[in-house]
Amino acid sequence: MAQVLSFINDKRVRDWFYQIALILLLVGLTVFFVRNASENMVKAGIASGFDFLWRTSGIEVPFVLTGYTQSDDILALFWVGVANTMLVTVIAIVLATLLGFAIGIARLSSHWLLSTIAGAYIEFVRNIPLLFFVLFWYFGVIAALPQPRQSIGLFGVAFLNNRGITIPLPDAPGNFRWAALAILVSWLGYWLASAWARRRKDRTGQDAPLLAIGIGLILVVPALAIAWASLATRWDIPVLRGFNYRGGFVVIPEFVALLAALVTYTAGFIAEIVRGGIESVAKGQSEAASALGLRPGRILSLVVIPQALRVMTPPLTNQYLNVLKNSSFGAAIAYPDVVSLFMGSALNNTGQAIEIIAMTLAVYLVIGLAVSALMNWYNARIALVTR
Amino acid sequence: MTIRILGAAALLAAGASMAQAQQLAPSPTLDAIKARGNLECGVHLGLPGFSFANDKGEWSGLDVDYCKALAAAVLGDANKVKYTPTSVQQRWPILQSGQVDVLSRNSTITFSRNATLGLNFQGINFYEGQTFIVRKSAGVKEAAGLDGASVCVAAGSTEEKNAADWFRERNLKTTITNFQKNDDAIAAYDAGRCDAYTAGVGALAGQRAKLKNPEEHVILTQPISNDPQGPVTRWGDERWQLIVRWVLNGTIAAEMLGVTSKNVDEMKANSKNTEVRRLLGAEGGFGAMMGLSNDWMYNAIKQVGNYGESYERTVGMGSPLKLERGQNQLWTKGGLLFTPPFQ
Amino acid sequence: MTRTSSLSIWRERLFGTPFTGFVSVVLFVLISWIAIPLIRWAVIDATWVGSTRADCAPGGACWVFIRARFGQFMYGLYPVDQRWRVDIAGILAVLGVLAVVFAPQRFRLKLGLAMLVILPPLGIWLLSGGLGLSYVETREWGGLMLTLFISVYSSLIAIPLGILFALGRQSELRIIRLISVIFIEFWRGVPIIAVIFLASLLLPLILPGGIGIDRLARAVIGLGFVIAAYMAEAVRGGLQALPKGQREAATALGLNYWKATGLIVLPQALRISLPAMTNEFIALIKNTTLVLVVSILDLLGIAQASLADPNWVGMNMEAYAFSGAIYWLICFALSRWSRSLEKKRRL
Repeated sequence: MAQVLSFINDKRVRDWFYQIALILLLVGLTVFFVRNASENMVKAGIASGFDFLWRTSGIEVPFVLTGYTQSDDILALFWVGVANTMLVTVIAIVLATLLGFAIGIARLSSHWLLSTIAGAYIEFVRNIPLLFFVLFWYFGVIAALPQPRQSIGLFGVAFLNNRGITIPLPDAPGNFRWAALAILVSWLGYWLASAWARRRKDRTGQDAPLLAIGIGLILVVPALAIAWASLATRWDIPVLRGFNYRGGFVVIPEFVALLAALVTYTAGFIAEIVRGGIESVAKGQSEAASALGLRPGRILSLVVIPQALRVMTPPLTNQYLNVLKNSSFGAAIAYPDVVSLFMGSALNNTGQAIEIIAMTLAVYLVIGLAVSALMNWYNARIALVTR
Repeated sequence: MTIRILGAAALLAAGASMAQAQQLAPSPTLDAIKARGNLECGVHLGLPGFSFANDKGEWSGLDVDYCKALAAAVLGDANKVKYTPTSVQQRWPILQSGQVDVLSRNSTITFSRNATLGLNFQGINFYEGQTFIVRKSAGVKEAAGLDGASVCVAAGSTEEKNAADWFRERNLKTTITNFQKNDDAIAAYDAGRCDAYTAGVGALAGQRAKLKNPEEHVILTQPISNDPQGPVTRWGDERWQLIVRWVLNGTIAAEMLGVTSKNVDEMKANSKNTEVRRLLGAEGGFGAMMGLSNDWMYNAIKQVGNYGESYERTVGMGSPLKLERGQNQLWTKGGLLFTPPFQ
Repeated sequence: MTRTSSLSIWRERLFGTPFTGFVSVVLFVLISWIAIPLIRWAVIDATWVGSTRADCAPGGACWVFIRARFGQFMYGLYPVDQRWRVDIAGILAVLGVLAVVFAPQRFRLKLGLAMLVILPPLGIWLLSGGLGLSYVETREWGGLMLTLFISVYSSLIAIPLGILFALGRQSELRIIRLISVIFIEFWRGVPIIAVIFLASLLLPLILPGGIGIDRLARAVIGLGFVIAAYMAEAVRGGLQALPKGQREAATALGLNYWKATGLIVLPQALRISLPAMTNEFIALIKNTTLVLVVSILDLLGIAQASLADPNWVGMNMEAYAFSGAIYWLICFALSRWSRSLEKKRRL
């Protein structure tokens, strides 16, 4: 008896007991839900399985990066949505980071008016639902732009109107592949050069002319490559015929509006992170740096920002994940992302809610995990290394 | 010989027991409606003329009238309806999962919906044809003139695919932008995002009022498709499906037989026409065969009116939409509206 | 005297150096470029009195529309003669919070728990009816009242669940930790628009046939689960900020896990994480706007629905500006409160 009691009172035994009970409960619940679902679906005559993915979609999409046409299958439609979601997410993250840093630094500026305006912007943006931004930019953008016949021409090859920005498209992408390769190589070169410069600085303390190399490899070489490729290619230049410009590629206003909404909204949050990060770097740090004779710009880039980044990376990661999730707001303004195309149009045509919702959620989880992994890697790289 | 007689007897017996079984066939939907005391009807979020809630939350429209007639037939009171407004995306799941008893939401009958979604269409209460609304200034006279145009449409609707197919078959290049809701699509069209907005003729007649300057727009008269619409039920519960189907037929039959909300009492008492008498429950016991009171259609006609009355009041000349009867006229008067006999 | 000196301070601030002055001028131009047309539209050229669309002057805002629709913006389609019930529910909620905030320290926890037990069912009874009150179905609810209802009741699900999962994530038991991490990361990883859709479609499917759940309840449950994951992370922050010695001391005094957690660890951890939790609550209020994908008409939904009224065509700006201002006021007030909490804690 005493043995049994001590067995029950043994913490490790009890812990295992609780955990196994929890697992059994979860498994039981899952089985219960799945059985109900399959019963209900059979009763309701709803088809199940993933066969629908290979049915012809028949849905026309106004913004396609993958070469999809409406006679392709629903799986192809799914990839169009995924590509569009990723496109707007990536560009929004880059632009929101730039704008957010600018506003965050403006908030800390010694210029009273500038800092007040930045503060007002942050307070305004953070306390309004994103949906307002999306609708505001969408109807704002459309209202501000002219009808196709009054389009704003850009150098006679690109045209801006309320149907979007029509840009010329190369007839054959061959030369651009070479240009892309050249750009990649030169960026890789810059990365190697900067690594070498860093090592040399650690060793000798000398600065390498990185700025010049950087401008050369990051900007000039790619510009030359693109210029060469553009000149060597025949272009499909849009022409006004009937209702709108024909030919070229149209960047739809839904994309522009969603991008603008995500950027302006997220920038308010990033600005707060930047401000908090910079303020977290003790004042003594920059005073010490200035006592060492560093110029203000160098203090910011060599002392303050590297330390602030360490504080900022985790909350920044959260904001980047928010941008990904918030890109689903595009569904409200007909931006053809994965929610709108797949969970909207495809779900309606097939009625297979469970499969479609599961696939849509999986897209966000997978991309989200990838972003987290990338940011964690970056965080580990810049983390404080005690030597 | 003996075998044949035996066989016939067995068949007869089976037939008799089946007839009995049919009379007693359980109808969980009907039982649930009676128990809760109201009909759950899925309708459109807001489509003037078909289903529209005013600022007091009172619903009206052709599709709503059908819900009312059904409630009158089943519960004896046309007001015992609870409306669930549904978007294009939600309508099927809401019906499939049993949140509504019937969906009366200008939904087009198509093969694949019938075959793969677990849904049955119970008849046609509106012959819709898809067309476009464009700005007068664009000078477009017919759909073929929309080459190169952008078209706004509600995602997941038949219109979305119809339009894509129609333009592709004719080698016309259009850009189709799919919105989640009709209202979003028409707002974007109004804001200048699109050259045209596409929907059914009937739907457009009502939605036109939502534009800032309705008189600057014109609805193309030539429809590009044929979109018959009617009440939808989910699979299973045959008796409920029977009721949904025959209430619709009853409203059409009433118009054909000249029974209106005004003369229904008189017709029930005095009509010599056996079909009228069966329809109104004066003889035949038709309601009881479905587990309803024999007054079922009497109540529906008395409280809601026949199909023609509904039509005139909601979308016809008595409404702001001013739609001609057209295809929605009785077949005896050159339209397509038809009902099997009440025999 | 003071006047000139404050003037000179301003001159110094805005035009101290040529560069500062240049920036100031650019910013002034920018502000007036945005603000002047806005103020003209919203105030100077606006129409304030009248009763129909015809009373509206062109060019300015037509606040007549908001006045005509004010009841709907606040209560949705809630029956007019029953709206006092909503008001009472709201007043009770405010009184409850105030009582807890101003109660003496000793009673605060007990009073708070008592309010949590009493008020939510009372609120549901007042709003939906029964026991002497006429029934008002949730489909008639709407507007600001619904926004607040969803926010409050979702957090009633989210906060306990979030605390549980935060504790689970800190637990020594590996399987419980794993389950908590999966739960938290799953719900944090998916867009809320998809979750609301999921809840509205999937809940009826996975329950035994015949059990119906109210449409609004489904949205509240769906949102509750997502916010629970975010709340869990907020609470985790508080748990991590707490010195480990607190729990060790409690255990040394002979308290078991739940007692140590409930009496020592959580009260302190929650106090630390209150600002973070308030921020999650703000995010929740903003995200309630997404319920309109399942045709539930919250404040923004009712604003959009009112735009479809043929008698009031073209009131987009007014409807959005008004509803946006309400969201902003609520969220701004809450964020100020959360910041003052944060400051108090740091002191």
